[in-house]
Amino acid sequence: MSTRATRARSGLAAGRFDAARALREAGLAAFVAFVLFLPLVGFELVGGEGRLGLEYRFDWVLIGTAAVFVGHFLISLIRAVRGPARRAQGDAGPIAHFFTVHATWFGVAGVVIAFVLPWTPFGNRYVVDVATTLLIYVMLGWGLNIVVGLAGLLDLGYVAFYAVGAYSYALFAQWFGLGFWECLPIAGVLAAMAGILLGFPVLRLRGDYLAIVTLGFGEIIRIILLNWYEVTRGPNGISGIPRPTLFGLEFARYSSDGMTFHEFFGIQYDSHHRVVFLYYLILLLALITNWFVLRIRRLPLGRAWEALREDEIACRALGINPTNTKLTAFALGAMFGGFAGSFFATRQGFVSPESFTFIESATILAIVVLGGMGSQLGVVLAAAVIVLLPEFGREFEQFRMLLFGAAMVGIMVWRPRGLMAFREPTVLLHARGRGEEAPR
Amino acid sequence: MLEVRDVHTHYGHIEALKGVSLDVRRGEIVTIIGANGAGKTTLLMTICGDPRASSGRIVFDGEDITDLPTWDIVRRGIAHAPEGRRIFPRMTVLENLRMGATVNGEKDFEKDVEQVFALFPRLRERLHQRGGTLSGGEQQMLCIGRALMARPKLLLLDEPSLGLAPNLVQQIFRAIVEINRTRGLTILLVEQNAYQALRIAHRGYVLATGEVVLEGTGRELLANPEVRAAYLEGGR
Repeated sequence: MSTRATRARSGLAAGRFDAARALREAGLAAFVAFVLFLPLVGFELVGGEGRLGLEYRFDWVLIGTAAVFVGHFLISLIRAVRGPARRAQGDAGPIAHFFTVHATWFGVAGVVIAFVLPWTPFGNRYVVDVATTLLIYVMLGWGLNIVVGLAGLLDLGYVAFYAVGAYSYALFAQWFGLGFWECLPIAGVLAAMAGILLGFPVLRLRGDYLAIVTLGFGEIIRIILLNWYEVTRGPNGISGIPRPTLFGLEFARYSSDGMTFHEFFGIQYDSHHRVVFLYYLILLLALITNWFVLRIRRLPLGRAWEALREDEIACRALGINPTNTKLTAFALGAMFGGFAGSFFATRQGFVSPESFTFIESATILAIVVLGGMGSQLGVVLAAAVIVLLPEFGREFEQFRMLLFGAAMVGIMVWRPRGLMAFREPTVLLHARGRGEEAPR
Repeated sequence: MLEVRDVHTHYGHIEALKGVSLDVRRGEIVTIIGANGAGKTTLLMTICGDPRASSGRIVFDGEDITDLPTWDIVRRGIAHAPEGRRIFPRMTVLENLRMGATVNGEKDFEKDVEQVFALFPRLRERLHQRGGTLSGGEQQMLCIGRALMARPKLLLLDEPSLGLAPNLVQQIFRAIVEINRTRGLTILLVEQNAYQALRIAHRGYVLATGEVVLEGTGRELLANPEVRAAYLEGGR
């Protein structure tokens, strides 16, 4: 009898707004905010008269703390009114559901928009440049998606392969005078070999331990580049990396040898041509990456990667060789990183170890995780958020990164399994009208 | 078909198997029963090469497989439905079955799938459902089905009845008998549910603290007073 009474009471409490509890929680949040705001907002260093002075802004601290208190209380109130929160697990929500159902159409539309972008009225140099950067990150995200999203191997040093690709082009161009198109496959192969090199010692590791080793690997590559002065010129970097050509046509005002693009087509020289060409180049590379990943997911190798992510012991019991499976994931993921690196080198015309710090690895990983591990469209959306948000945020000046951080926290709160957490099944029976279509 | 000769297995310094020998002949259902920690699962895992036997020999189809890597052993025709089922939770039922077929190059995939569905009609209804959302019984069916997709010569089953409702246990055991009768598939079955296992087995071994303490036909062991006292009374 008493159990029924408690259940009734707790049932009531779930539906009703518990003001005392909300106030208590808001108070706690306000206290944490106060402790944080006191040093962060409360003190301001002011320069002048040859020395630093300290100013106090305790009014701002109080305003901020009050805002947190009221805000937290309001959130509790809204939650109580709207009823118990929807379980984030599995439940996609209407917007994400719409995206997943029409994923193919969004994909096709995205590609079409990407193709016509430079010809639209707002396709100016700045926009095309930002879009090129975006596509580099999309490609890197798709490459890392093989390792992290499909094979489930947490890699915090992916930038190493990006660096290997960039430096292999830079060095081969410098020492042997090779062009972009000759170096592209070389860069891919070298990066893949670096991937295998990383793969061997970490075959038995998973999760946290694997992450630490890959983190170290990323740093090792960067430090080698920094210190092997005779070959890489250390922190000075390598400049004068040749630009890519279109079947031997250069994008320059005057050609050193052979023909330039504008001469061949008999048009005025315009520096915009090269920007657009680079844009199409990375678009092509990224689309090849995407096609490759979509294709391999349906082949035994790709499925073995996913199975390995799910359960390694079961994989072995099914006759899958985990060593080969992991190494191919590392190698192929690294290869696309290498391609992207080579493109980065030719686009910038300059590489230095500074471009390959841990923050790059973290950004690429953030793209894969925010996108929803393993989702190709998710990577595009997340890359758009991560690359474009700081650009849009330029007007907010110093609050730019704050906005960025808030957006990342927001995504993880509302979509804890990533923007696109839905996984497309890879095997379907040839439909024989028995209701065997994929669900939803 | 399978000969295990004086196999010892260690976990660090702990000796989990202390010289186990057994035979499985073509077309048989052989069961290994025993209490918790007797080494039943270790024995199955050792046959699969993980952990590796520290001494002794395991011969399958006339070939010494003692030192082969797990995936290679499986490729020679031993399928393993491991303890705890180990379904791929985010993959669909069909994808799980496809993973089972990887070993034989996914030839005649649809035909084999139909055979699994004939055995476990419930799986057909769950075709595109993710493995992790299946009930325990369905997961066990999927686990056995996945192992069958490899078209093995020998099927190792590790506690298929674990955590299942009695009527589901009946269903699983009926399926095991059917696989054995209709396909002539040889089965090595590890079970805690000694009564059910001995009823369907041609022969059985009783394992205690890493050693075979009794062996005989299923019927003999069922009637054996020691077995009854230790594993059957009150069990069922």
